[in-house]
Parts: sequence; structure tokens; C-alpha cells
Amino acid sequence: MSELESPRSERVATSAGGLALAPGDLSEQRTPHALAAMTKTETKLFFREPLLPALVLALPVLLVIGFGLIPGFGDPSSDLSGQSGTEYIASIGVAIVLAVLGLSILPTTLGTYRERGVLRRLRATPVTPRILLGAQLLLVGGATVAATVLLVAVGSLGFGVAVPRNLTGFVLAVVLGAAALLSLGLLVAAVAPTAKAANAIGMTLFFPSMFLAGVYVPREAFSPFLQHVSDVTPLGAALAAVRDTWQGSWPHPIQIATMVGWALVAAVVAARTFRWE
Amino acid sequence: MTVLAGQPIRFAAPATTLDGMAVIEVHELNKRYGDTVALDGVSFDVQAGEVFGLLGPNGAGKTTAVEIMEGLRTPDSGTVRVLGLDPERSGPQLRERVGVQLQQAQLQEKIRVGEALELYAGFYRNPRPVDELLDEWGLAAKRNTAFKKLSGGQQQRLFLALALLGRPELVFFDEITTGLDPAARRQTWDLVRRVRDSGVTVVLVSHLMDEVEELCDRVAILDRGRLVALDTPTGLITSSGSEQRMRFRPVGVIPAGLIEDVPGVTAVTRSGSQVIVTGTGEFATGVTAALGRAQVLVADLRLEQRTLDDAFVALTGRPFDDTVDTHDENELEAVR
Repeated sequence: MSELESPRSERVATSAGGLALAPGDLSEQRTPHALAAMTKTETKLFFREPLLPALVLALPVLLVIGFGLIPGFGDPSSDLSGQSGTEYIASIGVAIVLAVLGLSILPTTLGTYRERGVLRRLRATPVTPRILLGAQLLLVGGATVAATVLLVAVGSLGFGVAVPRNLTGFVLAVVLGAAALLSLGLLVAAVAPTAKAANAIGMTLFFPSMFLAGVYVPREAFSPFLQHVSDVTPLGAALAAVRDTWQGSWPHPIQIATMVGWALVAAVVAARTFRWE
Repeated sequence: MTVLAGQPIRFAAPATTLDGMAVIEVHELNKRYGDTVALDGVSFDVQAGEVFGLLGPNGAGKTTAVEIMEGLRTPDSGTVRVLGLDPERSGPQLRERVGVQLQQAQLQEKIRVGEALELYAGFYRNPRPVDELLDEWGLAAKRNTAFKKLSGGQQQRLFLALALLGRPELVFFDEITTGLDPAARRQTWDLVRRVRDSGVTVVLVSHLMDEVEELCDRVAILDRGRLVALDTPTGLITSSGSEQRMRFRPVGVIPAGLIEDVPGVTAVTRSGSQVIVTGTGEFATGVTAALGRAQVLVADLRLEQRTLDDAFVALTGRPFDDTVDTHDENELEAVR
């Protein structure tokens, strides 16, 4: 019997040898948990900075409330291609959320984490510092969803703004817009040598983006040339797609191509250039 | 427990460590960043249970060596084994068993002490209980304090607790007392001794002579990427061959030639009532013994202590430049 058992025990020994690699597998198994824990922590930290929730969650809604209280602002306007003023404000609320998260909060936070060595410290643990990047993306993605839902809810419940008439198209517009702006934020964080530089580059992109997208002045007031420029900027395409889908049409292929293009190019360049320290 | 290379191991290593084997084996390590040579043919072993010092001025290659051992950087050539693993290939497995205290690494400003420990505990297979670590490192009262509100010493203790969270067999402490006041430095030294006493092998990276002299069982001295010496602190001081001086005032007459004949004595001079003896090695013991046999009493006996600073000068032919900006090595690496 013992002779018969010996090959078996050898096989057991082999599989035990294979288990020597288990700690690595285990640390990979732990990655989803680590990512969840990190996202929870980053969310808490987000709400500990009073300015961040105010900018992302409160400001856009306050704009809708403020403008919504102006008599007659909810009527369709020929200056806004037939969209009502309140619906237009709700749309630019979405654009503000995307721009603030993608061009300001995300690059500044990641730049700060790299500069302070938070990413460096994570590299010295069994998990990858990618989980902090992932947690930040989940956080800003979640904030985009929450702020958008809040805008639609406040607008439709309080100020006669319709729920986006092409809801699927609207979701697509917000998701692609977020992909484009957040990828751009990652790219800024990747190329900026310091947190200050990340903030400066982000702000340099922020104001022209907001202007060209038609946040300060509706794009209907732009010259045809400026409208073409607006069409190919990530925030311009996003805001146009949000407004179109809110009114019931599908996003224009140029809008989709612009957002997908910016998302892909920025994400690829960011992935190649991002440094942990 | 084996005694390795004349170096007594005073504390038992954890059961998981291969007894009597080197915890770290580094062989002919080379690394350059552009034209700058960070490591030039560096070889050394670290034994289980010891406090091993990596000493050198800023830019000597210490941090590069440590980052290669942690699997965070790839050497141009040479071999490294840490806990029997290749850091380059088995980084995550290795970092499961290795604790790290990094130079110039901080946490998120508003993360609380307890939150940080609980978050990091999730990264390890078998972490130590957070409450236990909080008590052990005197941080229980600071559990809900944000990282940026901690004092330098408290931050340091939190990083030590984080380094020990995964029950490591080996820890790297990189410039642990940088930026601390003298009292906090002394406290940190005690903490390092506590870690060592718990059976963990410690690699201590420092550019501070006194720190290394105080804590390390053995010291490797790096200078411009090269290993210039590897010995016990005492051994380095003695073997560096630099002369030492003793002074005393004899009560009575010293027989002619008595001191001159003691082995190691190189010169005897008189300055007023004082006698100054210069020598190498264990000459001071010989001189006092000879005086004792001749029944000459001495007063005001003083031995001018040599330190690792003197050893460094003797080994490299230049003074240990402590005035270099601490960011040098990082800047060097940023050039990469």
C-alpha cells in the first residue's frame, strides 16, 4: 500500500510547491477588497474637505434653484435652440460637475498624493498603488452620477425641467463626457511634476474649456468657427450632447467621436507617462 | 542558533526565517541613472536577527539599494535574494513579509490614525490587530486624529506601526530620524531596539554616524555607489587604523621606555604635567596595564574616542559631508 501511496504524496508535495506562489495570488485576491476599502476611505476624505462637496454637489443645484426662481426662465427660448433657460442651466450644471472633477479635483488630488509620497508608501505594500487611482476614479465617477441625479431631481421636481427626454442617450452623453474629462484629469496628473503644477495646468484648461463649451455664454451666441472649435473640445462635445439628449435627440456622431477620442488618447498617454513618485 | 561570521545573533529570528541563512543576499549590484553611477558592484549579506546599517552620505546609493531589495527598482546587473525570493519577480509576495518605513512618504492629510491602520491591515494576509499596534506604539489616544495633526514623532510611530502591520520578518527603516528633534530621535532609537528585540531583522538606512553606531550590529558603508567597508561599528573604528590619543597626568615618575614599548603606541609627548600617548588598536589598555605594573598612578585620564566619522575619513580620504541637502538622492533618481 505504501508504494501505491507514494506517487500520490509526491503529487501532494508538488501542489504544495505550487502553493508557494499563493501569497502573490492571495494579494491579488485581496485587491478587490483593498480597492473597496480604499474607495470608502477616499470618499470619507472627500467629504472632510468642505469645499469639494460644495463645488460638485451643491453649486450646480444652487444655480438651477437660483435661475429657476426667475419668473419666465422656464419658458422655451429661441436663443437656446428652443431649450428652456432652467433646462439649459441644469445642463451646464452637468458640465460644471465634469469640469470641476476632471480638470481640478482629480489632477490636484493625485498630484498631491504623488508629491506627498502617498503613492510611494503604497508601493511598499503587497497591493498595487493602482488601487488608489482606481478608488479616485470610482469616487469622482460616483460623484458625477450623484450630482447629475441631484440636478435632474431638483430640476424636474421643483422647476419644471423635464427628465431628459432621451434618457439612454443622456446617460451615454454623461458617461462619455465623464470618460473624456476624467481621462484628461489623469493626463494632467501624469504630466504635472508637482501638485501645484497639476492645479495650475488643470485651471489653465478649466476656464477655456468652460468658455468654449458654452457654459458662460450659450454656444448659440458663438460664431460658426467658434462653434466648430466647441464641437471638438471634450467639454463642448459633452455639454452639447447633454443638451441634445435632454431635449430628446441622440448624441451627434461628432460629439461621440470627440468624447471617445479624447478619452482614449488622454488615457493611453496618461497610462504611459504616469509615475508613482 | 548559529553564530555567524563571529557575529553573535542575540535575538531569535521568527520561525518562518530559514535559520542560519542570510535574510538578504546582494551580489555585484550595479545601477546607473544616465551618467550617474548609483551602485557600483555592491555585495553584502544581512543575517537573521541583526540590525544591519547602510551608511553613507546623501547620494551614496543607499536608497537605490533599498528600493532594489524591496523590488521597487530593477538593477542593471547583479543578483538579489531577499527571504529567498527574487524581489524583481516576487515583489508582492516579498512585500507581504517585509515591512517598510520610507523616507519622505506621507499619508493623506485628513486620514485618521485608526483609519490608516485599518486600511493598510486589509493589504496583508495576516495583519496584527490594529488595537494592539495602537497600544504598542502609544497611539491609542490619537486613534481619531488626522495624520497632519500628528507631531513628527507621532507620525514616525504611525509609520513604524504600519511597517509592522503585516507581521514582517524583515523591516527597512530609511532615514527614520530625519526631521526629528534630539529627544524624539532617542525615543525612535528605543523603538528600533524594540523591533529588533521582537526578532525582526532590521535594515537601517542612515546618513547619521551616531545613529548607526548606536543601533547597528554591522554596518556597510557606501560612498558614491561603492561599498567601502563592512564590519561592526567597533570593528570599523578599530580597523580604520586612524590613531587615537590618550592623555593623563602621572602621579610619580614613569620609567623610561615603559610606555614606548607598549604594542600599538606610536608616539609619547609631554605637555606640561600631561602625557599624551598616540597609538592604534588596543594600545590604551596596554598603557594602563603597564602603568599599573610600574605602580604609577594617573590622574585626569582621558581617552579621545574615535567615532565612525573618523573611520569614514580614514576609509574614503575625505570628511563625511553632512551638509548636503537631504533631497539629493531623490533628485538624482528623478534624472533617470
